[in-house]
Amino acid sequence: MAAHEPISELRLEGITKRFPGVLACDGISLQVKRGEVLALVGENGAGKTTLMNIIMGLYRPDSGTISVNGEPVHFKAPGDAYARGIGMVHQHFMLVPNMTVAENLALGLKELHRFLRLDIKGAAKRIREISERYELPVNPDAYIWQLSVGEQQRVELVKTLCLGARLLILDEPTSALTPQETDDLIVRLQRMASELAIIFISHKLNEVKTLSDRVSILRHGAVVFNGHTVNHEPAELAALMTGHEVSLPHNEGSGLQGETLLNIKDLCVRGDRGNLVLDHLNLELRAGEILGMAGVSGNGQREFADALAGLRPVESGQMLFQNRDLANKTPREIIESGMGYVPEDRQTEGIVPSFSVKDNLILKDFATDQFSRMSFLRHKAIDANASELRVQFDVRCPSTSTATGSLSGGNIQKVILAREISRSPKALVAVYPTRGIDMGAQEFIHSQLLDRRRQGVGIILISEELEEVMNLSDRIAVIYKGRILKILSAVEATRERLGILMAGLEDSEQPPPSPAAATGGTHE
Amino acid sequence: MHPVEMIYNVLCLAVPFSVAILLAALGENFNQRAGIFNLGCDGIMCVGAFLGFMVPYSIKAGALLPYGNVLGVLAAMTGGALLGLLFALVTVTFRASQGIAGIGLQMLGWGLSGTLFRHFVGGVTGVEGIHVYAIPGLSHLPFLGGVLFSHTPLAYLAFLMVPISWFLLYKTPWGLKVRAVGTHPRAADTMGINVDLTRYQALMLGGAMAGMAGSYLALCQAKMFSDDLVAGRGFIAVALVYFGRWSPLGIMGGALLFSIAQSFQLSMQVWGIKFPYEFAVMLPYVLVIVVLALARKARQLGPTDLGKPYNREMRF
Amino acid sequence: MNKQKVIYGTVVILAVSLIAALVVALVLLSIGASPLETYKTILLGPLSDLFGMTEVLVRAVPLLLVGLGIAISFRSGIINIGAEGQIQMGVLASTAVALALPGLPKLYLLPMALMAGALAGAIWGGIAGWLRARLQVNEILSTVMLNYIAGQIYTFLLRGPMLDPAEREMGSGTPQSMRLPDHVILDYIVPGTRLHTGLILALVMALLVWILLWKTTLGYRMRAAGAGAKAARYAGIPVERYLIVAMLFAGGFAGLAGAVEVTGVHHRAIEGISSGYGFAGIVVALFGMLHPAGIIPSAAFFGVLLIGADMTQRSAGVPANMVLVLQGVIILSIVSAQSFLRNPYAQERLLRWFQNLLPAALRTKKGGQ
Repeated sequence: MAAHEPISELRLEGITKRFPGVLACDGISLQVKRGEVLALVGENGAGKTTLMNIIMGLYRPDSGTISVNGEPVHFKAPGDAYARGIGMVHQHFMLVPNMTVAENLALGLKELHRFLRLDIKGAAKRIREISERYELPVNPDAYIWQLSVGEQQRVELVKTLCLGARLLILDEPTSALTPQETDDLIVRLQRMASELAIIFISHKLNEVKTLSDRVSILRHGAVVFNGHTVNHEPAELAALMTGHEVSLPHNEGSGLQGETLLNIKDLCVRGDRGNLVLDHLNLELRAGEILGMAGVSGNGQREFADALAGLRPVESGQMLFQNRDLANKTPREIIESGMGYVPEDRQTEGIVPSFSVKDNLILKDFATDQFSRMSFLRHKAIDANASELRVQFDVRCPSTSTATGSLSGGNIQKVILAREISRSPKALVAVYPTRGIDMGAQEFIHSQLLDRRRQGVGIILISEELEEVMNLSDRIAVIYKGRILKILSAVEATRERLGILMAGLEDSEQPPPSPAAATGGTHE
Repeated sequence: MHPVEMIYNVLCLAVPFSVAILLAALGENFNQRAGIFNLGCDGIMCVGAFLGFMVPYSIKAGALLPYGNVLGVLAAMTGGALLGLLFALVTVTFRASQGIAGIGLQMLGWGLSGTLFRHFVGGVTGVEGIHVYAIPGLSHLPFLGGVLFSHTPLAYLAFLMVPISWFLLYKTPWGLKVRAVGTHPRAADTMGINVDLTRYQALMLGGAMAGMAGSYLALCQAKMFSDDLVAGRGFIAVALVYFGRWSPLGIMGGALLFSIAQSFQLSMQVWGIKFPYEFAVMLPYVLVIVVLALARKARQLGPTDLGKPYNREMRF
Repeated sequence: MNKQKVIYGTVVILAVSLIAALVVALVLLSIGASPLETYKTILLGPLSDLFGMTEVLVRAVPLLLVGLGIAISFRSGIINIGAEGQIQMGVLASTAVALALPGLPKLYLLPMALMAGALAGAIWGGIAGWLRARLQVNEILSTVMLNYIAGQIYTFLLRGPMLDPAEREMGSGTPQSMRLPDHVILDYIVPGTRLHTGLILALVMALLVWILLWKTTLGYRMRAAGAGAKAARYAGIPVERYLIVAMLFAGGFAGLAGAVEVTGVHHRAIEGISSGYGFAGIVVALFGMLHPAGIIPSAAFFGVLLIGADMTQRSAGVPANMVLVLQGVIILSIVSAQSFLRNPYAQERLLRWFQNLLPAALRTKKGGQ
């Protein structure tokens, strides 16, 4: 196989990329040299993954140039990037589950394709070579679905190296790894860094500090900072990452918590793969408080929210809502008992995209007396409701008859919030409510949540954004591998303590919990 | 009648009955493995049947006369491949909804074959067709000789296609691409595989095989053509792919199961067992529904991305 | 109705009609017929006299009913290809009821026969709906299979238990039922033609469907289940249940169409009574943009096509199967165009392509909110 010339420099200039309704990358310029590790840092929705996908040829930029070793390159397809020596380990693994490791590699190694015969043995040999050289133990004959998350990631690394990558891009490589696996990986990457150029995306600043030489910070699709890691502390980087121009609403903590609204005892829920994603989870929500749930995504948050909404069967345990057990009740019953839900995927779970704004606003209440009479919809009432909510929640749309799917993410979220809040729920579950949303809409949504809190609604806020959770919550529960590890009050919860807990480590003298069997991670 | 003789009769009938759906299903297997289900299979079979009939029928004399049947089969395969190409254009490039598009293709094929037949031929006409070619020596074996070795050449080819399909899917680079594209197209894309092209290729191959299946019906089984020659076999073939869990061997098993059921009911008529004719004809279709109802759990083993169009620019 | 949607939809229909006309023209050329002549016959022939026009409407009635049912099912997220079989079940049920209770006066018997037909169709459709909801059986495959099964049941009953006793005696072998008693027949609107009150029934049904889908809570649930099943579930709507309900409606409408054909046109159950209405109905529904306001003219248009195709068979020797080809091409074109137009990326790219064509001075800031 043609040995790729080492990549001495990769340079991006002015890269811009738009998706319907959102500007993902706004004139981004970056560079990375051989032997260097560049960390790309930013919050969710900042545009990091999109940028990397552009480098890999999966997306085409609307404008801007990419040059390797000084020559401009135009990647029309992912194969082009590999041919030029750029390889990527995606956050969601690009591995075909029902094929072996060798077969997955063979997909990309064109010279193994000898017309009718597939040289699997050749692939296996190549895997063993690279595996030894970089000390990444991998079994070529294993099926992908048999491997743990950490093992699959190793396969991805070996795969990109076998394909001749001289520049390695890693997207959130430690997001689904145990602490031990994380340390392992960092050591290996440090070793590889001497011969390759590495870009890695992360929002875990400790790792950034350990591993990278330089760091670039993205916020809302633009580069806001470029520097040498050694000169900056994680706290400083964190501040730059979130920005402080717009001060988001802060929970003043009036401390008027009321009775217990929701009492979850020993909740056990199985995930899609049959494993236990919620493992005896215990939690209490009180009226008039915001209970933040912090944790790396993939530790059971999604399944927790689904179980609370009645969309996932509960194997054992109780969810007592005002002394009524909601476990395994239908979604309708749960909605009617006074629970609201702002789901994670607003486009497909929160709204019917082709329905108008006014129709989506009554998605849960169309059968009530307010909006229907003897099974006939009361259009006047529906229209009036929509007009009112549109003003109250500042939904920017041409009219309430516009298809909701065509609105921007922030406005879609406002529609969902308007619907949920106007129903006067007693408790509300919000899952990643401001993911990928601009600052203005974020501010609005946060103030709405704080408003409700003052009115006595109990809110569970599930989010990956520590800043958001810390700003808004009265108490913060850290979820790790399907259990609540610890609950901290707002005063006690610092970024450091939460970070440690989120990684699964106890922050006191107690020994760390033994790593449980691999749970569902965010991979495919 | 001696039970062994009854079984012999049933099996002798079952094997030729299974050929058409076996061929069509093996072809559809490539489609589905690549992630596309082609419900127009039935329409392609109609066109294949028409072409398989029409070519030898039109060659009344001349140098090509002895090759009439072969040319007919080849024409059927070409026609099928072209219809597969059309379907690929609609479902892969235009990313249309596969189910309804399939029905559209079915109507097109059915109507086209009927229209052309009625215009160029009309009436009830037969062709000589392809005769049974008993394999010398082997066909004289007791029991097995009649069951396995006394069929038309196309039938032998059809059963040969089972190991060939298996080899193609599991041992060749192309088969690897097809399987990847149907399970995780984005992974295949990142590895430099042209997802769309692979799907086009699979659909054309599947179409060619469905065309061949149709020509079998016209040339070997019925030795004529009519509007209701195919009678929904294409749909049965599609269902067979689920039933056979996307494996050539499983599909062959399913095809034989169906044809045994069919030949059983035919034999019952011969043996004088009183059974309403229509209920007997209904049997395969009822069987399909039963089979589909029972086959729910198969999903994970096969192409998990079946039915979803692939758009590289889509956010994931 | 959204103005933008209507414009998009009309553009789609026009483009599709053009493509279909071109493809069919090619086929016509290949069989030596003149496309222009054929199109003239097909489109103008039926409308040349009063009888022709009433015949068009006679054909349009079952098309309209079936199309309405299919529109309901499509909008609810389930694809009904089983209208052929559901029509046949409707025919059998309504004929059986009409023949079994000849003593009842028209006021009772006629509605009963019609409702029996609708009920039979609904049950036949409901089977497929249940299979999909409970066992995740692909509804296209199950409804197609049910078509064939219904066909066999139909033949069996018509040749056997429901065969006209007169036929049995004389033994001419035509599988048909006894003629329905005179008072179970739908009245004629225009004397001397075959146009019957079923037309009024069908138009009323179209209005009812409009009210059902857009004005009732049931319709809201069904549309939500079809347009956003996930969100509907999150909102507490039991999607699976409404899949079954949708198929009951779709089957019911097809069954009603069968009953109307028996009581209005043929006055007995005969072979070939469904004659492709089940498949044509799918095209009628798609062509009518799945909305009653569009399906009514669409049904009339296809009535013209069907009569016209018959005429060309007689006059120009173009086989009537041609209509199937046309229908197939239309379906393929519609789903291609719809998918393209619904894709926001494609739309955005198209918009930007147009913008790049305009000189910079005329370019306004559009796209990308």
